Amino acid sequence: MSKDNQILEEFTSKEYEHGWSVNYEVDEAPIGLNEEIIKWISAKKEEPTWLLEWRLKAFRTWQEMQEPDWANVTYPKVDFQKLRYYSAPKQQKKAKSLEEVDPELLAIYERLGISMNEQKRLQGIAVDAVLDSVSVATTFKGTLAKLGIIFCSFSEAVKEHPELVKKYLGSVVPMTDNYYAALNSAVFSDGSFCYIPKGVRCPMELSTYFRINAANTGQFERTLIVAEDDAYVSYLEGCTAPQRDENQLHAAVVEIYAATNAEVKYSTVQNWFPGDKEGKGGIYNFVTKRGICAGDNSKISWTQVETGSAVTWKYPSCILKGDNSIGEFYSVAVTNNYQQADTGTKMIHIGKNTKSRIVSKGISAGKSQNSYRGQVQVMKRASNARNFSQCDSLLMGDRCGAHTFPYIDINNPTAKVEHEATTSKIGEDQIFYCNQRGIATEDAVALIVNGYAKEVLNQLPMEFAVEAQKLLALTLEGSVG
Amino acid sequence: MSTLTTQDTLTPLFEGAPADFSSERALAKESFYTQGLPAVKAEEYKFTQIARKLEKEISDFNPAKPVSITEEMVKTAIFEGFVGYILVLNNGKLEEELSQLPSEVSISALSNQEIGSIAKPSKDAFVALNQASFVEGLAISVPKKTQVEKPILILSFAKASAGQVVQPRIWIEAGDFAEVTFIEKTILLGEDKVFSNQVVEIKGAINSKIHYYRLQNEGDQAIEVSNIETDIQKDSQFTAVTISLSGDMVRNNLNLNLLGSNSEGNMYGLYLLNGKTHVDNHTNVDHTIPHAESNELYKGILADQSRGVFNGKIFVRQDAQKTNAFQQNNNILLSEDAVINTKPQLEIWADDVKCSHGCTTGQLDEEALFYLQARGIDKTQAKGLLLYAFAGEVLEHIEDESFHDYCVSLVQERLGSKF
Repeated sequence: MSKDNQILEEFTSKEYEHGWSVNYEVDEAPIGLNEEIIKWISAKKEEPTWLLEWRLKAFRTWQEMQEPDWANVTYPKVDFQKLRYYSAPKQQKKAKSLEEVDPELLAIYERLGISMNEQKRLQGIAVDAVLDSVSVATTFKGTLAKLGIIFCSFSEAVKEHPELVKKYLGSVVPMTDNYYAALNSAVFSDGSFCYIPKGVRCPMELSTYFRINAANTGQFERTLIVAEDDAYVSYLEGCTAPQRDENQLHAAVVEIYAATNAEVKYSTVQNWFPGDKEGKGGIYNFVTKRGICAGDNSKISWTQVETGSAVTWKYPSCILKGDNSIGEFYSVAVTNNYQQADTGTKMIHIGKNTKSRIVSKGISAGKSQNSYRGQVQVMKRASNARNFSQCDSLLMGDRCGAHTFPYIDINNPTAKVEHEATTSKIGEDQIFYCNQRGIATEDAVALIVNGYAKEVLNQLPMEFAVEAQKLLALTLEGSVG
Repeated sequence: MSTLTTQDTLTPLFEGAPADFSSERALAKESFYTQGLPAVKAEEYKFTQIARKLEKEISDFNPAKPVSITEEMVKTAIFEGFVGYILVLNNGKLEEELSQLPSEVSISALSNQEIGSIAKPSKDAFVALNQASFVEGLAISVPKKTQVEKPILILSFAKASAGQVVQPRIWIEAGDFAEVTFIEKTILLGEDKVFSNQVVEIKGAINSKIHYYRLQNEGDQAIEVSNIETDIQKDSQFTAVTISLSGDMVRNNLNLNLLGSNSEGNMYGLYLLNGKTHVDNHTNVDHTIPHAESNELYKGILADQSRGVFNGKIFVRQDAQKTNAFQQNNNILLSEDAVINTKPQLEIWADDVKCSHGCTTGQLDEEALFYLQARGIDKTQAKGLLLYAFAGEVLEHIEDESFHDYCVSLVQERLGSKF
């Protein structure tokens, strides 16, 4: 075995940190999926009729749809009838404030390092914590309400702001958009809703933390972010799940609407359970994320650090409809062991002088497969559109794969579109150079990987960047190439 | 699946096929019907709706019969300054009397070659269609240690009256240390649309060197699908240059399999399109072994309502360590209605490789244009000059001087008059 491979082998042994689960009393739907279950979920959440009908319509369309097979991933098909579509921790009554939330549930989040208590005030992040199918707590609601910002769980929004939900739900990702989006539209249980009124700059980072605890349960959350004219918000999303032998399904939908001059920054650190070293278990992460720059001069920026999930199928996209609007996509996707990731973005240029930037950094180790799949489309009327894409791959070991599938479709002669990609590896010489200067091998790898991913990590809010850096080091621990 | 495949429309093609290669033909026919002509949503033919084009333009499908070709016609087809051998094909059939063949190379009708072993019918429906129903094929074999000093010009004359299909089939073999250059030029006769479905299989042995140049300038009559697939062995070299200047709908599949270490594959292409011309270049380089190199450069200038499609795939298999693979595609759009769809695709399973691809789409640099204008060159000329500089990078890779000059003059004429 060469030196390279040897270092590499050592690097693959780190266990998943968030693999524990907690037993608590749950309120759950029977296993299986049919119209009755959807009615059951809807009734459980005391939803208005229009929403139930919307769900049922999505369900009927979903039944006629085919599971997509074009992604560069292979996995045993999901049996949708063997899943549970609703599971919620039993709470006596709806908690009005943090004090009323079951301390046992809060303890789960404490253990994940997300303190729901007031000390969080110092860091200035408002958190909505979603456990399995429901939101358990949302902090800083009062502070935000003073500014007119609505930040609450999705079910609460349906009850308290039905007109907003009705207006924007499905406006960016139509319920029939794709197979998993349709499924989500039919059975989504909870998620976060965020509304920034005109001219308001959200003073703190808003954050949702998703945790799947129950076994054999799919998590189908729905996030809707609306930024009105001249508004600004930065939104964070984090996720973990316990270590289980069966594969679990996570099919979320995120919609972002940005009006004139609005700016939305969406950052994700995804750390679902990736399966064990033999590729057993792990989360199937089939997510539809899309933002629309509806107004002129608006901006949507996606930043993602993808380290978890057994299979990832995710393409955060921007529809650049308003003139002078800007779309950005920064991604670091790490795959190790038997993980598979097919991820990328779509930039659809519709308005004039629209700009987009794509920076994708893939890191594959072990026996994993990492694909970048992206589309840059310049419509006929999108004069002076500008795009720059860069997708780099870092391979660690000779049993992993890196793939690039960029689609570039240009219909306007004034467009300037550039795409470039490179492939590289961490060489023995680089490690040796670091060792020689007193840096241990593990640290050297972390150093090189962080340097490689820096362009993306720099885009993350500070608290997240620190977490992401640690996560990168952990995911690749023992797997130097 | 296209209705052409589901109905009996294509039956005359299969019935008109000769009796030779019966097992290969049967196999290909079966494979053709399993695949069907590419459907509207077929990923590989997504932007080139060739089946729909055929349904619209070609009423019935019969194998094309040889037509009369005179010495005069051959003379006019040869470009100025050409020195070399001439091989005349008449709807795919070799015309020995009109040809001037090199004595050291064996050229004959296809008889016992292993057709379908390089371009496999299971990979593409058009390859299957050709293998199942071509009328007469051509086999060219360059013996080992033979360097054919002058290029061989393949003049492929094709004429199709209503509903005929031309299906040239060529098998090229170069032995160890052999060297050979081909220039392929197609001339369409008559007024009708011609559907040409060509398959060329090329086999390069150890240390061989093959150049394959193509000029596609047949005018609006041409609906063309061509599949060229090459296997090359250790230390060998293969270079393809494809110049596409006109046509109705053209699809080129160029596949290169690098099977021996230290082999080198080069693919260059220029598409200079106007009118409603649609040209689709799909290339595929398969690195299966360590220490091989591939280079790819495709450039396009699109005017009027033309459409260009580029899809370049590079596969680097797990064993193909120390691979160097480079790919580049640059495009300039000159009009509101021109469209380019490009997809430079990399699939890598080995870690110790140098792979990169780049792709750009844009327009002429205003500053460069201004610079030239400031020095007294009028705008049209300045544009022509800049575009020629852009295109010239591909033409440089044509080593045969007369063909290079001929292409340069064609390109310059187009850029000077048109743009």
